[in-house]
Order: sequence, then C-alpha cells, then structure tokens
Amino acid sequence: MPVTTIDSRPVHVDQEGFLTDPGEWDEDLATALAAQIGISLGEAHWKAIRFLREDFAARGETPTLRRVTVAGGIPTKELFTLFPQKPAKKLAYVAGLPKPHGCV
Amino acid sequence: MTTTDTAPAIVPSFDTASSQGRKLAIICSKGSLDMAYPGLILANAALGEGVETHMFFTFWGFDIINKQTMHDLKFTPLGNPATHMPQGLGGIPGITHMATSKLKKSIAELDVPEVPEFLEQIVASGGHLWACRMSADMNHLTEDDLYDEVEAIISASDFIEKTEGAQLLFI
Repeated sequence: MPVTTIDSRPVHVDQEGFLTDPGEWDEDLATALAAQIGISLGEAHWKAIRFLREDFAARGETPTLRRVTVAGGIPTKELFTLFPQKPAKKLAYVAGLPKPHGCV
Repeated sequence: MTTTDTAPAIVPSFDTASSQGRKLAIICSKGSLDMAYPGLILANAALGEGVETHMFFTFWGFDIINKQTMHDLKFTPLGNPATHMPQGLGGIPGITHMATSKLKKSIAELDVPEVPEFLEQIVASGGHLWACRMSADMNHLTEDDLYDEVEAIISASDFIEKTEGAQLLFI
C-alpha cells in the first residue's frame, strides 16, 4: 500500500490517493488535502466534511451525495458549488475516507 | 510500493483533460417504473462525475415528466420473462399493483428517491431536462402539464443540435 507525504507527514493511501486509514486524518490534514485539489476550505465545506466523518464513524461507509443532502441537510446544489464537478469523490478525499460505493 | 519524501504526493486526478467537455445525452422513451430508473440513475451518476447531462423525454417516456403520471409509474410482470413468473399470472387483476408496490419498496430500501424527487436531484446537480415536441402535440400537452424543471418542449432536431458531440443512450 503506498505511503505518500501530505503536509510533511506520511499517510497511507490507495493507488488513486484516497486515504486508507481514516485514523490518520485530522482537520489540519483536511486543509492540506483540499489544497492538493485546489479547494480552500470555508465553514460550509467543514459542515459537509464533519457530516461525512460522523456518518462514516456511525455506519462504516462513506455516505453518497444524496445522503449528505437528505441526512446531512446540505443541498445538492451547494455541494456542487463547494466541491465542483465531482462533489462526492472530492468530499470523500478531503474527509480522508474511501470513495462512496452507492450508485445514487 | 512506497514513495519517499521527495516524491510528489499521490493525489487523485479529479480533473483530467479527457474528462473535460464530456457530454451525455439520454433519451427516455419508456414510461414504466423499471424503465424510468436506469436513465435517472445513469444521469445522476454522470452528473456526479462532472459530465454535462441532457435527458430527452419522448413517447411513453413522457410519463416520467407528466405531472399527472410521474408520481404513479407502474411495473408489470406481463410480457417480462425476466421476472421468472409464469406469464399467465401477469394478466390477473391486481398483479401490476402488487408488482409495482414491491419494486417501489425495494428501490426505497436502497435509499433511492421516487421519480419526482429524483428529477429534482438531477436538476440540482446541473442536469438538463427536455420534452419532445411531437409527444407533447400527440398528447395535447403544454409546458404547464409538465414537471416545472423541464426547460422546454423541443423538436428532435433541436435535441440533436444541443447534444452535439455527446455520448448517447437510448432507453
């Protein structure tokens, strides 16, 4: 499993670069991960990231975009603005979680 | 495989050049519940991948965007050997209602929305909905009869023009 250096610390990632150990993540790392994909985090980003972390901890899987909207209360449109083009994957990446597996 | 501190960080390539400008056109021509979902699911998936997506509703597919029918699409085992039920059962009164309820329940269990809510999600994700001119004329329907987020009733040639260079799915 590859180890890469983000924010001068080693983290375990999969072939694409998604973190494989959610325990290696903290909020400082999220800021660095977001910077890697050209996103500067504001309060609205944090709300989505924290929901993702909490939902993953509770259910053991990364929520889909629909779940972030329905259970997390963040409108779909806003998610596309915060994490442009590929919101579900970008959000999972910044939150240090695997890509969501659900189709919808 | 291990990288050293000097190697560039491994970062997902979210915005590759080949994915820029990708377009998908989905033509929905069927109005049964089981034929509505594939188009909706694929449109939603494409939008989530940053693909510009256009849906064109034509013929029976009009039921998906017709305010009168969109809440009440049905599924029938009649003429569908993939249900693996004896075909004779398909014609018994009440079977369509039962099969529809069962399918709706399975879909809801996966946390997949019903048709109107799914369209709402597709539009919120930036998807475009178009209605077929000929189908509207045949059924004497106007934009007022259609789901509010349908952008316009357009001709087949207008749709082909709008989706120039797109990959296409006919369902």
